[in-house]
Amino acid sequence: MHQFNQNTKPWLYLLPAFMVLFLVGLTPIAFVVFYSLHDTFGGNVFIWVGHQWYEEVLTSISFYEAVVRSLCFALLVLVVQIPLGIVIALRMPKSGVVTTIIIVLISIPILTPTIVVGYLWKAMIQPGTGLLYQSLLGIGVTLDMNSPYWTWAVLLLMDTWHWTGLVVLLCYARLRAIPSPYYQAAAIDSAGRWAVFRYIQLPRLKLVLAIAILIRFMDSFTLYTEPYVITRGGPGVSTTFLSHELVQTGLIQFDLGKAGAMAVMYFLIVLLISGVFYRLIVPAKGLSKPSLEANV
Amino acid sequence: MNTRYSVVPLAFTLLVMIPIYWLFTLSLQGRADATGSLLLFPANPTLDNFKTILSQPDWYMGYVNALIYVTINVLISVCVAVPAAYAFSRFRFRGHAALFFGLLMLRMMVPAILLVPFVQIFSTIDLIDTHFAVAFAHCYFTVPLAIWILEGFISEVPVEMDESAAIDGYSVFGFFRTLLLPQIATGIAVAAFFCFMFSWIEFLLSNALTTIDAKPFGGIMTRVGSVMSANVQLLAAAGVLGVIPGVILAISIRHHLARGFSLGRVA
Repeated sequence: MHQFNQNTKPWLYLLPAFMVLFLVGLTPIAFVVFYSLHDTFGGNVFIWVGHQWYEEVLTSISFYEAVVRSLCFALLVLVVQIPLGIVIALRMPKSGVVTTIIIVLISIPILTPTIVVGYLWKAMIQPGTGLLYQSLLGIGVTLDMNSPYWTWAVLLLMDTWHWTGLVVLLCYARLRAIPSPYYQAAAIDSAGRWAVFRYIQLPRLKLVLAIAILIRFMDSFTLYTEPYVITRGGPGVSTTFLSHELVQTGLIQFDLGKAGAMAVMYFLIVLLISGVFYRLIVPAKGLSKPSLEANV
Repeated sequence: MNTRYSVVPLAFTLLVMIPIYWLFTLSLQGRADATGSLLLFPANPTLDNFKTILSQPDWYMGYVNALIYVTINVLISVCVAVPAAYAFSRFRFRGHAALFFGLLMLRMMVPAILLVPFVQIFSTIDLIDTHFAVAFAHCYFTVPLAIWILEGFISEVPVEMDESAAIDGYSVFGFFRTLLLPQIATGIAVAAFFCFMFSWIEFLLSNALTTIDAKPFGGIMTRVGSVMSANVQLLAAAGVLGVIPGVILAISIRHHLARGFSLGRVA
């Protein structure tokens, strides 16, 4: 082991990053917890109120409804985008100019500012001028944004357009790395397409799929900007998701205590769901070969 | 490979490009063209919308502001991420796996949760409506992202290089500058690209932390778009300008896109 690694601890290397993350990641959470336990009447006067805000949030039907809506939306997103992404990735040519062009093009929606995605899809569904509205009308279907079913369908379609490319890219990159002898062996055993997928491709997709599912779940569970532009949470509250509810409470009604308690509950849900993925992602990450042992 | 296979990806790519194409045609239309019907090709293509945006400070400063805070963010993120990624790649210490995964969880943190505290904190220290506030706020997802991506790249550099550097008597700083950084130049470019993009496309925080002086284009779009008779063609042009950096950068790092999106987990 070499000199500078013996004399320095890994913590010195980690310090700058962790200082930044402590300030922008953990400090705000501490603030949120503080708000959730206090009441304020403006200024900087805070009065301890204990679990009052939590009681209010946990007995509020609109909070539970927002949680359920967000969960349902996130699950729908996964059900649609993960299989679709896998199918497209399986059919991608392994390499070549066409593949490169496809990869660049399907990345474009992901790299589009979320606010632009919102306005684009808002324009798409305008009666008379919108591309989606008029196309549907052409096949005899009227898109009715006063119907919760239609608004959900539009948001789901928008999100699928926006993010399926991510699933495709991850799966494609992993599939390409499977050495061809595996396929040759499968061909000798005259394995069918399904068997090749089930026993050769799927096991190797496990890690990227775990990452894709985690990212897709979290980003759709916490979706804010696009519904904010396209539906404003309506009709009624049918597309008022958890982030929307929280921003309303914290920034519009300026109800810091209630927003704080809501944010803490929201944070715990996110933590719980991410925790499920820990075992899926961490051992598989290839932490196998510790190159230098540090005694900390 | 068999061309039969490419039909599905090609069809998907085509469907994905339709709204982008439509946004583009919309941006080339004047207001008069758009009265009440769907147009697939602009009848009288014009660059007026772009001229409006690029000539009015109210509009173009939105892009300048975004570029400024994104650049600051990329600099901070990459600078603190390189040593951290090195530590995660080369050392095994107590809590290694948990901390590394913890970074991923920070990347998953909900902007809506951080919003109110950020507004309060930056108001208190008088940094609200500055580029620095947004750049710093975005660090909660760009720093973990950069560490994960760079860790993958550094792990590909043989440890022998570190060892021979030690024998040759390099200082830590000298080792980083003359040996490690050139080896992971691609990784730094990929990490910087993804920090840039994810900061560029974020809306909620960048809009809430700014009022006038550092307002990004997204905030200006909402201001223009929230009136009843919003100029859809002008908004489309603003959207096209927002998409352009993504297109340029996607082309320039086309071979590393999957690697960045998977947080460095697939090559």
